[in-house]
Amino acid sequence: MSLKYAEFHPRWYRPRMPVFWWVHRRSYLIFVIRELSSVFVAWSVVFLLLLVSAVGQGGKQYQQFLHLSTNPWMLVLNVITLAFLVFHAITWFNLAPQAMVIRLRGKRVPRSWIAGAHFAGWAVLSALMAWLILG
Amino acid sequence: MTERIVLQVTRYRPERELEPTEQEYEIPLHAEWAVLDGLNHIKDHLDGTLSYRWSCRMGICGSCGMTVNGEPRLTCGTFLTDYSPGPIRIEPLQHFPVIRDLVVEIGDFMRKLPEVKPWLIRHEDTGAQQKAELLQTPAELDEFRQYSMCINCMLCYSACPVVGLEEDFLGPAIIALAQRYNLDSRDDGAHARMDVLSSSEGVWGCTFVGECTTACPKGVDPAGAIQRYKLTAAAASLRSFLLPWRSA
Repeated sequence: MSLKYAEFHPRWYRPRMPVFWWVHRRSYLIFVIRELSSVFVAWSVVFLLLLVSAVGQGGKQYQQFLHLSTNPWMLVLNVITLAFLVFHAITWFNLAPQAMVIRLRGKRVPRSWIAGAHFAGWAVLSALMAWLILG
Repeated sequence: MTERIVLQVTRYRPERELEPTEQEYEIPLHAEWAVLDGLNHIKDHLDGTLSYRWSCRMGICGSCGMTVNGEPRLTCGTFLTDYSPGPIRIEPLQHFPVIRDLVVEIGDFMRKLPEVKPWLIRHEDTGAQQKAELLQTPAELDEFRQYSMCINCMLCYSACPVVGLEEDFLGPAIIALAQRYNLDSRDDGAHARMDVLSSSEGVWGCTFVGECTTACPKGVDPAGAIQRYKLTAAAASLRSFLLPWRSA
């Protein structure tokens, strides 16, 4: 391509975003992994709905579901899902204070309190579920 | 003998080349020199053809934003010694067309800015109200003061990947500026700004990467402004669905 330059009519250089723009920067990488983790959050919801459906259909279907759940591939998938769910929850809880402005007696509640409240709520609900299932 | 440091500066001379190239300059490394001082040294003593923007040298005017070692920075507030022994890579801000060397074109931002009506909008003031001073308490001022600190330096646009991917996205600074007026007790324009802000090119274009806030040299927190407005927009949308007769 030949160079054509007209004075007073500048030719701008327009940079393009590379396909892997998110690889070279840690914050972008964490962001993309957080977005990707939504797929696993969706799968965990589907898995839960399948469980509820199996329980609703009676003992035989429930046993079939338990059998399916012990399949090695299913176990691997669910372990990966759990890891992404934990990542998803931690990253979102850490971002929550940025979106929530709460005032108590005219003063803004510190960010650490808001994030802490999210983590405390998570711990309480997890303990409650563990008590219901294991207790 | 004075220590020296190498600056790897992006050059783009549209009359000579189709794509940017890189040029190295070796300059003295003084403890009190910011990157901008280094560029001024090049311009004054080594190569007068280098083009870049600057004005105040004190983080107020927002002119000297560039990409320093991959990070969007105000070069007047970024010191050479922090990158010693170098070299330091200096490029134009990302996601903007480059006019020449380190000078970017921000016309797209300037065209989008008035869309959110970034000024005080008042309902019709009549008689005595028109002449009355609009008083404000310190608490009311604190509601929006943070967002009024924006100097339009474009660092948040350079840090935001959505700006680079979605050309219609309003961008962090514009939305933060809209919130600056929405949260002002003297303003009545929140309703007039809502259609633009709550569109897919407005707050819903943001995927909350959060880098705009990290890059901001004035502590504005555009990401926080956007997420707060998402809550406002979602609440308004729910209200118009549940109570349509009250949202008109």
